[in-house]
Amino acid sequence: MTPNATGVDAVIDAVTAVLLIVGALMSLGAAIGLLRFPDLMSRMHAATKPQVLGLFLVLAAIGLQLREWWVWPVLLVAWIFQLLTVPVSAHMVGRAGYRTKHLHPELLSADELEAVVLRAAGERAAEKAQEAGPDAPHSRNGGHPGGITGDSRPKGNGGASS
Amino acid sequence: MSRRRISFRTELPLLVWLVVVWGALWRDFSPGNLVFGALIAVIVARIFYLPPVELSGRFNVLRAIPFVVVFLGKVVAASFQVMYLAIFRGPSVTNAVVAVPLRSHSDLMVTATGHVISLIPGSLVVEVDRSTSTLYIHGLNVRNDSDTAKLRREVQDTEASLIRIMGTRAEMDALQAEGWPATRGVSS
Repeated sequence: MTPNATGVDAVIDAVTAVLLIVGALMSLGAAIGLLRFPDLMSRMHAATKPQVLGLFLVLAAIGLQLREWWVWPVLLVAWIFQLLTVPVSAHMVGRAGYRTKHLHPELLSADELEAVVLRAAGERAAEKAQEAGPDAPHSRNGGHPGGITGDSRPKGNGGASS
Repeated sequence: MSRRRISFRTELPLLVWLVVVWGALWRDFSPGNLVFGALIAVIVARIFYLPPVELSGRFNVLRAIPFVVVFLGKVVAASFQVMYLAIFRGPSVTNAVVAVPLRSHSDLMVTATGHVISLIPGSLVVEVDRSTSTLYIHGLNVRNDSDTAKLRREVQDTEASLIRIMGTRAEMDALQAEGWPATRGVSS
């Protein structure tokens, strides 16, 4: 950290260079994956994993170069938020992609979700047919308590009530 | 707004995190700034209604540190694996969607497992069924049944490690009863 120690400076610069290059390679890997993978969900793998590591390496390089202690907490918080948000967005895209059939079934060696989704869809269709009223469409996204739409189930433990 | 009171102790990790974010964003960790941040954290946590996160009240640091190290290693491995598959396998990669039932029914544990699983090699959460606490995982490069079994075991190992770090007593006991030795390492 002493400014006149040129040896240390050179080492830090070298480490920074390596970090930046590997981080950029990770982004390149993600881009190649986006181009080459056959369907949406494989592409989500490419869009999430190398990019998280790439960001980590680039942030580490920034931290090394700025040499101020206060950048480290900022960089750490930025990376943790990345860790927290990337799986969620990948999950939402993957979920929507699966439901809208943006996948190649012939490339799946096993699919244990298909039957569940079909069953849930069947139950929902049956419900809709039962209601058979003009207000049927709005139940399309409504809570289907026991089914696969588990995230729309009301929280049982929050005691949320008026 | 009625809300079940959660104890200060279970809320403390959230408040500490909010204060750390506050300090980091202001780039100022002086006591005055932190006290003000803590004040705002308490106000935010009191006013804004969110379902309370049910922490179990225990957190095993000795198990958390090796878990974090292994996790970071796996993130690196995941990146290189995806890169390798992208370049050398590309369009012909074979995948699978696998249902993995979890032991725990706590939202926090299912969420944490899903997050970790999404960041380690070859798996991505497609769907969560809260009522049965089942994760539907999309596995990259899963070619046959033995790969499927491996993926399923990896997810359940991850959940086991997380339970050992911050699961409730009941979950720990269930884990023990299942025959997972407590001394088992975090890696699969």
